[in-house]
Amino acid sequence: MRVARVGWRRYLNGVNFGVVVVILFVMLPIYWLVISSLKQPAALGATPPQFFPNPLSLTNYRDAFSTYGFGVYFRNSVVVTIATTILVLFFGSLAGYGLGRLPMRGKSTILITLLIISLFPGIAVVPPLYLLERTVGILNSYQALIIPYTAFNLPFAIWILRNYFQGIPKEMEETGRIDGASPWRIYWSIVMPQALPGLFTAGVFTFTAAWTEFLMALTFNNSNSFRTIPVGIALFGTPFNIPYGTIFAASVVAVIPIGILVFVFRKSVVSGLTSGSVKG
Amino acid sequence: MATIEMSNMKKRYPNGADVIRDVSLSIAEGEFMVLVGPSGCGKTTLLRMIAGLEDITGGDLMIGDRRVNDVSPKDRDIAMVFQNYALYPHMSVRDNIGFALKLRKTDDGEIKRKVEEAAELLGLTPYLDTKPRQLSGGQRQRVAMGRAIVREPSVFLMDEPLSNLDAKLRVKMRSEILKIQRRLGVATVYVTHDQTEAMTMGDRVAVLSKGDILQCDTPQNLYDHPVDQFVASFIGSPSINMYSAQLSEGAKFLNIGGESVELTDVAHISHPSLASYANSRITVGIRPEDLELVDKGTPNSITATVELVEALGSELLVHFNTDAKAVVVEGVKDEEETILEASGAGVARIEPRASVKAGDIIGLRPNPAVMHFFDVNTELAIY
Repeated sequence: MRVARVGWRRYLNGVNFGVVVVILFVMLPIYWLVISSLKQPAALGATPPQFFPNPLSLTNYRDAFSTYGFGVYFRNSVVVTIATTILVLFFGSLAGYGLGRLPMRGKSTILITLLIISLFPGIAVVPPLYLLERTVGILNSYQALIIPYTAFNLPFAIWILRNYFQGIPKEMEETGRIDGASPWRIYWSIVMPQALPGLFTAGVFTFTAAWTEFLMALTFNNSNSFRTIPVGIALFGTPFNIPYGTIFAASVVAVIPIGILVFVFRKSVVSGLTSGSVKG
Repeated sequence: MATIEMSNMKKRYPNGADVIRDVSLSIAEGEFMVLVGPSGCGKTTLLRMIAGLEDITGGDLMIGDRRVNDVSPKDRDIAMVFQNYALYPHMSVRDNIGFALKLRKTDDGEIKRKVEEAAELLGLTPYLDTKPRQLSGGQRQRVAMGRAIVREPSVFLMDEPLSNLDAKLRVKMRSEILKIQRRLGVATVYVTHDQTEAMTMGDRVAVLSKGDILQCDTPQNLYDHPVDQFVASFIGSPSINMYSAQLSEGAKFLNIGGESVELTDVAHISHPSLASYANSRITVGIRPEDLELVDKGTPNSITATVELVEALGSELLVHFNTDAKAVVVEGVKDEEETILEASGAGVARIEPRASVKAGDIIGLRPNPAVMHFFDVNTELAIY
């Protein structure tokens, strides 16, 4: 006979143990990142490793901003990422709506083309894009990144939003038409509010992709005043001195916006990804 | 308030499919018109054409004295209730009902008054500030109704508004919808595939099949005088028993399977053209309630084996089998319904306390005065 476990013993089972292991596996590097950023340089490589930094120090953070100009990179990343996200959501929702709803020829061709574009390896398109941007004369600018980021993040956003729009019953729009709403009004007051989870999902993914993109940012903008966070951090220091503590501190700051974003929109993101599979 | 006048309306899809062939129908002011038919008969398409959600490819549609073929849905002065209600999930009941008024720039006080009036009528007052997902199916249905009535349209269009409700609620909402419609006196076109719903609700019922209106009449007339086999077997539940039969000795006797039933003068008076079918094959239709339980071997009766007895309290439904050949009208029933039926199957509706059980051999005497006769080739009724 099984003895019913009471109190905290109820939670002792294989599944919960597995969950704890996975959480530790995921969280430990982040924990290590955070505590390392709070260590003094000497404590970084200490043996045995310090799991609790002593003394706590904010020197690394100060250095990141004052010595290494992290503020500039941060600002650049914010500008590029937000602009990209807005553009992707704007065009993505219009295209997704069109592909999900309107009668048109060659829909599947368009969708498959989009999918192929999104699967292109970045390294293959960087050289031609570099030449293109040089010819157009937009190297070392925000648009040097915003334009390609928008282009490469649009396919995924269109796919997600298209699926979301398809999940909205057509009758809602028809009711709107009968009630006298203009097409723009229907899109704005009836369709969009219901597609919000899809927008959040596409938004979070685009934001994350643009925020962490490295290759294009490194190649297209080699002027320090247009570098974004990933490139900026990578170029911290000199060949003779790699300021690990500062890199850790900058990384923590870089992770925060994404953490907040995912935390705030976590429910929408999950429902956005599963739309169509569970929505009736 | 207005009339609806359809003349020779047609709908052809770009791929060449004719979903509505040639429909002419007029709906009077305040009339409750039901469009009924099996799935795929075009009834919903026809309704959507009236609404303006589908283009009309031929013929004229008049609402009131205006030709509205090319008028956009919002300018047709109609309100439509959809099968899935199409409530806006992000808006409260109040906003859902008031949305159309808001679009028309009605002032806020007026919207509030009208919405509350509609809510009162529909018993939705306590739910005005809740979201649709918190409501039960019946309440959602009423919100959809509220959204339609608050606009005071000249025509109501309803597309199977009750089919998402459970059976009990459906019966209740039927009468509620009727009451509201009577009170507002607005011409209504109501689409359903459920013939019971059609019969109980419609002032007149139009039976559609394959994009044509076969017959449009009052429920009783449809039942008593169907124009063809399709209407006869579509209307009525349980449906009419139809057998292949042979007239003999001119048109004096009707041979159904191995039995012979005398067609008395009443049958000939009510069906004078029957004489021209003397000695030929016809199809006979007998409603379940027009079969009388008699001892087997009684003259003018059909011998039948009882397969199953359903006791409904007020009546018995006796499912039987005979040696006659049943005529199945294509497209009336779903395949699943017909697949289990034997070739000579039928149903009789008899008085509740008769002692009949499965396996009994009984006699069933049809009433010649109310039999239906159909031409075997055209499937049209013989009168």
